[in-house]
Amino acid sequence: MKRTATAALAVVLLATAGCTGESDGSGSSSGSVPGVTDSEIVVGTHMPLTGPAAAGYSKIAPATKAYFDYVNANGGVHGRKISYKIKDDGYNPANTQTVVRELVLQDKVFAILNGLGTPTHTGVLDFLKTNRVPDLFVASGSRSWNQPDKYPGTFGFNPDYTVEGKILGTYVKENLAGKKTCFLGQDDDFGRDSLAGIEKILGPVAAKESYVTSNPNVGPQMGALKAAGCEVVVLATVPGFTALSIGTAAKIAFKPQFVVSNVGADPTTVGKTLGAAAPLMEGLVAANYLPLNNDDANPWIQLFKKVNAAHNGNAEFDNNVVYGMSVGYLFVQALQAAGKDLTRDKIIEAVQKNGFQGPGSVPLRFSAQDHSGYGGEQLTKIQGGKAVYFGTPYTTDDKDAPVAPYTGQPVAPPQSGVPAA
Amino acid sequence: MTDMQQKASASTVPETGLNVPKRRRRPHPALVIVAGGILVVALTYVLPPFRNYQLATMGAYFCVTAGLTVLTGLNGQLSLGHGALMATGAYTLALTQNRWVNLPLSFAVAVLVTTAAGAVIGLAAARLRGPYLAGLTLAVAIVVPSVTSTFDETFNSDQGLSVILNPPPETIPMERWQAWLCWGAALVVVLLLALLIRGRFGRDLRAVRDDETAAKLAGINIARTQVLAFVVSAVCAGVAGALFAVLAQSVSPGAFPLTLSLFLVMAIVIGGLGSLFGALWGAVLLVLLPTLAQSVGEQTGSQQLEGNLALVVFGVVLVVVMLAAPGGLASIPSRISRLIRRNR
Repeated sequence: MKRTATAALAVVLLATAGCTGESDGSGSSSGSVPGVTDSEIVVGTHMPLTGPAAAGYSKIAPATKAYFDYVNANGGVHGRKISYKIKDDGYNPANTQTVVRELVLQDKVFAILNGLGTPTHTGVLDFLKTNRVPDLFVASGSRSWNQPDKYPGTFGFNPDYTVEGKILGTYVKENLAGKKTCFLGQDDDFGRDSLAGIEKILGPVAAKESYVTSNPNVGPQMGALKAAGCEVVVLATVPGFTALSIGTAAKIAFKPQFVVSNVGADPTTVGKTLGAAAPLMEGLVAANYLPLNNDDANPWIQLFKKVNAAHNGNAEFDNNVVYGMSVGYLFVQALQAAGKDLTRDKIIEAVQKNGFQGPGSVPLRFSAQDHSGYGGEQLTKIQGGKAVYFGTPYTTDDKDAPVAPYTGQPVAPPQSGVPAA
Repeated sequence: MTDMQQKASASTVPETGLNVPKRRRRPHPALVIVAGGILVVALTYVLPPFRNYQLATMGAYFCVTAGLTVLTGLNGQLSLGHGALMATGAYTLALTQNRWVNLPLSFAVAVLVTTAAGAVIGLAAARLRGPYLAGLTLAVAIVVPSVTSTFDETFNSDQGLSVILNPPPETIPMERWQAWLCWGAALVVVLLLALLIRGRFGRDLRAVRDDETAAKLAGINIARTQVLAFVVSAVCAGVAGALFAVLAQSVSPGAFPLTLSLFLVMAIVIGGLGSLFGALWGAVLLVLLPTLAQSVGEQTGSQQLEGNLALVVFGVVLVVVMLAAPGGLASIPSRISRLIRRNR
């Protein structure tokens, strides 16, 4: 009995601890909208700060936070400062469940912003919908975020992988016609959607292989592609596996033209993994839709570098930092558009109304019927160790729309670096 | 293994009343379970939603730690592969649920499939001892990601499967419903285990653990006892895995890594090997220690620390508990009462 009593006592103690934690949380939000007070907006995210996907991606959320700090230092949005809660889920869907619940139920965030990963974020869609939490600008190109009927509060950010696949396929068709084209992709929606886009343009590829992040060895796959006589290899890989694929191919004297998905092509991250073998990336073709980190003449890069120096401890300035800050900029635009009386419905309306002009080289597709993010990409090539844009940006959709050049002019950021209302 | 057994028996001997005169009859397990059930239901009304979710997670962990402590503590078989058995339960539930959307049916199928898996592994395990057994079960834990990527059309590789669930009745908040579900299952599992180990089967388990030759002489079928113990324990792990699939509304190999299996063993050792209350403590720690580590990590401001600190905290707690109370947390009350009696 004594043991039972002790156990019971302990559980009650835990319960009281839980209760006190709760009252602290609710005490800070006075208004009826969770996470919003007259002086503060609390938003949260889940990110792989540790684990298999941490390389490169772990820099995104700190960059977003740095941009918010910059906005806060310039007076905030409608007088409110943005507080960004970053939770590490280690790219493990079970952890994502826990941390997102903690953010929503305990920290009472206004919205989840830029949660990263297809497998991780898929698991929390229903939970966020039930709790009517805006789920903005998911950091993944899965098409699952674009289901306005099923998940009215969820919006993507990245161009979806099929759009990207169609654009990469168009490059191959126009510039590498007649060459034997093959594919290596991640064994999930990322790889499958990407391949679907490529095959829409090129027809069936000559050979296709897949990999899983839990097994860091692509020797058999690269061997098979070499044996199939591939001259062009399209990679739908995360940065670590882009490096692994290029390195493994070089080891077996396999020198195809690599064409790489945006999410796996940041030259800084891939180059660091390759180490001394980084020159192997020369000539690699990829795509992007945001300004490139080494384009010092670009006003966005100038702004983001300034923010990076002042609020991000001068972290190494790669494309992940550019990405994180672009997300921050878009969120501030959405907050400005939602107006002073911020509610969850209003920010969703504001995002659906769209009209955002930011660092992206192509427009965002948001509307009441479309919740997918950027609608296209422009090709890049690595020359002299640096990625540079070439050609024009292309836009298309994940269905049968043609891949069309986009002629809109890029905009410059406002003088203050903070989007106006 | 041997000293683990000694510790376990050291903690169980006084309670079975062999050398200490029996002072009080222990309450029937059913009474304790009913009391526990009332307590949990009360808690779900008091606690805020996120704490209810944590409570639900504790319930799911309790299923597997209870089964594991019976296997390791009472029968002396060390399993480093219970994470894989949980994955078996979780994937079975996901596949069944996505086909028929019938939760009780899915649970039943999950239990059946893990019974079969447990029997297969148990048959092999019964022939192995000590480090070889640990090695076999370790291999089972490691093989999960490869299985899911080899048969990716069924298991969808690293991305895993999402689980279709009907929402709970309108009036019950999601988190409360989850806590009820997990604790309902946990209490049933633990009650069955408690009833099972009270009787002849429990004595057989301990006899086989303590001395196989003596047990054989007493007419106990060693292999059958060991396989049965493994199957019982596997079923508990399968139920826990199924509960995790329901909680996370998804299954993926990343949710059942090798560290999970190791954490489970650590948890039952810290809690007190062979004791169901120890398993409860283990389950509580499995939820609380990572949370604690996370808040410490956040306070230090190092984002990278957060994900890794839980391992360190678990290790430190294990060392401290083993030094201070070799019988685990569950042995502390009886140690204290013994000290008091001795000083009287």
